[in-house]
Amino acid sequence: MGDKHIDELSGVETTGHEWDGITELNNPMPRWWLWTFYATVVWALAYTIAYPAWPMISSATTGVLGYSSRADVKNELAAAEQAKSAYVQAVKAKSVGEILADDKLRQFATAAGSAAFKVNCIQCHASGAQGSPGFPNLNDDEWLWGGSIDQIYKTIGHGVRFDGDENTHASEMPAFADILEPKQITEVAAYVASLSGTADTPELVPGGAKVFADNCAACHGDNAKGNKELGAPDLSDAIALYASGQAAIASQVRHPKHGVMPAWGARLGDVNVKELAIFVHSLGGGE
Amino acid sequence: MLDERQVERLEVTAVNSAKTRQPLYTARQKVFPKRASGRFRQFKWLVMLVTLGIYYLTPWLRWDRGPFAPDQAVLLDIANRRFYFFFIEIWPQEFFYVAGLLVMAGIGLFLVTSTVGRAWCGYTCPQTVWVDLFLVVERGIEGDRNARIKLDSAPWSFAKIWKRMTKHAIWLVIAVATGGAWIFYFADAPTLLGQFITGEAEAVAYITVAILTATTYAFGGLMREQVCTYMCPWPRIQAAMLDENSLTVTYNDWRGEPRSRHAKKAAAEGFSVGDCVDCNACVAVCPMGIDIRDGQQLECITCALCIDACDGVMDKIGKERGLISYATLADYQSNMTIAIDPATRAIDPARVRDADGKLDKGISHFHIRRLFRPRTFVYAGAWGLVGLGLLIALLSRDRLDINVLQDRNPQYVVLSNGSIRNGYTVKLLNMVPEPRSFELSIEGLPGAVMSVVGIDQQETRSITIEAEPDKLKTVRVYVRQPRDQLSQGQGFSFVVADRAGAERDVYAAKFNVPETLR
Repeated sequence: MGDKHIDELSGVETTGHEWDGITELNNPMPRWWLWTFYATVVWALAYTIAYPAWPMISSATTGVLGYSSRADVKNELAAAEQAKSAYVQAVKAKSVGEILADDKLRQFATAAGSAAFKVNCIQCHASGAQGSPGFPNLNDDEWLWGGSIDQIYKTIGHGVRFDGDENTHASEMPAFADILEPKQITEVAAYVASLSGTADTPELVPGGAKVFADNCAACHGDNAKGNKELGAPDLSDAIALYASGQAAIASQVRHPKHGVMPAWGARLGDVNVKELAIFVHSLGGGE
Repeated sequence: MLDERQVERLEVTAVNSAKTRQPLYTARQKVFPKRASGRFRQFKWLVMLVTLGIYYLTPWLRWDRGPFAPDQAVLLDIANRRFYFFFIEIWPQEFFYVAGLLVMAGIGLFLVTSTVGRAWCGYTCPQTVWVDLFLVVERGIEGDRNARIKLDSAPWSFAKIWKRMTKHAIWLVIAVATGGAWIFYFADAPTLLGQFITGEAEAVAYITVAILTATTYAFGGLMREQVCTYMCPWPRIQAAMLDENSLTVTYNDWRGEPRSRHAKKAAAEGFSVGDCVDCNACVAVCPMGIDIRDGQQLECITCALCIDACDGVMDKIGKERGLISYATLADYQSNMTIAIDPATRAIDPARVRDADGKLDKGISHFHIRRLFRPRTFVYAGAWGLVGLGLLIALLSRDRLDINVLQDRNPQYVVLSNGSIRNGYTVKLLNMVPEPRSFELSIEGLPGAVMSVVGIDQQETRSITIEAEPDKLKTVRVYVRQPRDQLSQGQGFSFVVADRAGAERDVYAAKFNVPETLR
């Protein structure tokens, strides 16, 4: 050490490293590079003082600026809440009918309802609200419990055949296997199927019509158009909740299946239920 | 007329010329450009006035667009995603106009560079313009070249501190004004100025001004020629666009060499001497710190101030102007061929002069014809084509547009009476700053009717939709077709038409029906 190796040609000091007779020049750094390097060192040190950086035993330094990404998220969420609070207050204060009539408020409620629907409803009603056997399609124009905005609002809020809510839609269809003769059930199934043009045994239809008038018309109506007060479906249209066809109808007459929907008012709160009602109403079948 | 010895010789070293340039790890050697005067200096003042004027004043120009749009002539409204340029308003999807302008700027740069060399660098580049402006301030406070050198080497005194502080303070004011002008392009200028002064403007405004102040001050005041030499890629790119017919600032050594401070004496002793009196005026005025007599070099921004300086000297000693001039490489080489003595391989200035001492007839001078050559025609043609295309696109563009997104989940809905319904999200673009009433209708799809969410109306084939000025109107549309007409084909059109005018747009849509019913 101590010996300076000077390259003869350039007059520049070398590092003393040699490979196959080639030595490495030891030129100084360009000034701009050096100053940039110093600046980054200063920046890095200042950064670790200003911001959370150094790991300690159980936590880390918090930095003199007191920055935290969690606080940031909290602030952003609070700001988002603040930004929509005017709308939320309006939704809270107004009836669903009034919300529907207000263009801006309806758009807000539809978007919020769409989000709530994706979290709470698609498990049964499917992501496009098209339902599946036993779970009604919310896009169409047939409503078991009514398709006006107030009726939809009530149905979502109080549920269907839900034990925990005394205002829930409670009516059920009796199991006719205990009431009617098997032949009568076959006849009435043929009659109901004929209403939407799918009867397998047309010769049974006249007999079925009589069975229907005696046993079914009380709830489903004389012309089988249903009764929304009782949740009795319209049997004459092209839409079937469980399945169409004479055999499926006969099975439903014998031992009816009954869907259950929770009362969402208690779970989600009134604002969310209103938003959901507006959203469902907007799907195309709202009356 | 002065004798060449009466021309003051300036003590100046071309610190950035290849011969004297220091390695990068040594400190920068300062350049103290002397004030030049002449045609090109005049022209550069004019360019500076125009470019700075455009930059500072444009945001303050007003342009009436009615009550529903801002009245600022040039405005980049990022928040609302609109760009206003006098009578043109573009939406984000029309940004290709700006891309087209950039293509034109690129081709334009090729065109300019292939004809008049690095004119962009020398006259219009912001770096050049602002350095010029900063130098005006420096000269005004510290004096011209010699006074500045003296001040720079003087020990610190009250006078020196005072001058330096004043200079840097004015530089900072210019820098703040530069950064300040920038933000006015992005918001209503008078409003923003008020907010900015009272501290109510957005943080991004202050940050932008701070950054641009810092860069303007550092680049224009402190770094100057280093920005062009070390940081800027243009010198490398532009040099590649030059050819032998491009004009560059050239020292005509075929008439200048051998340079001599003692021409008369040398001539009397039988030496042949050129026109250059080696007064260094060209070096002293150079803002890049180079010596143009070394030939073309990367550092030269072709600001032509050395031409002014040299022309002044040539006038004084009664020689023709143009010892340093804009010349093409072709002309220069042709003249060099004449000047070089084949026997000695040295320049003999006598060979370019006739018996009367005038420049020989065989000497090539720049001719305007040189501008018209295949290369420039191709550039000009491409530039014009892009421009024409943009113009046609601009004049024929739609101000009413329709976009349709069809529901995919569910693809269709069976209704109680058996008819099939499809849902669509229809976006109507009202691209003019006034409210308009649109007629949305369906064409084709027999028997089909539609309804719009939020508009309480019977199902129909045509519906009126009110659109807000300069906004996108989104509506949910349900189209329903009776079951007995389903087989009649699934393609149809959404048509939107301005009820008050002739403008209309069509979207070819599809109607989904269950496979079993097709």
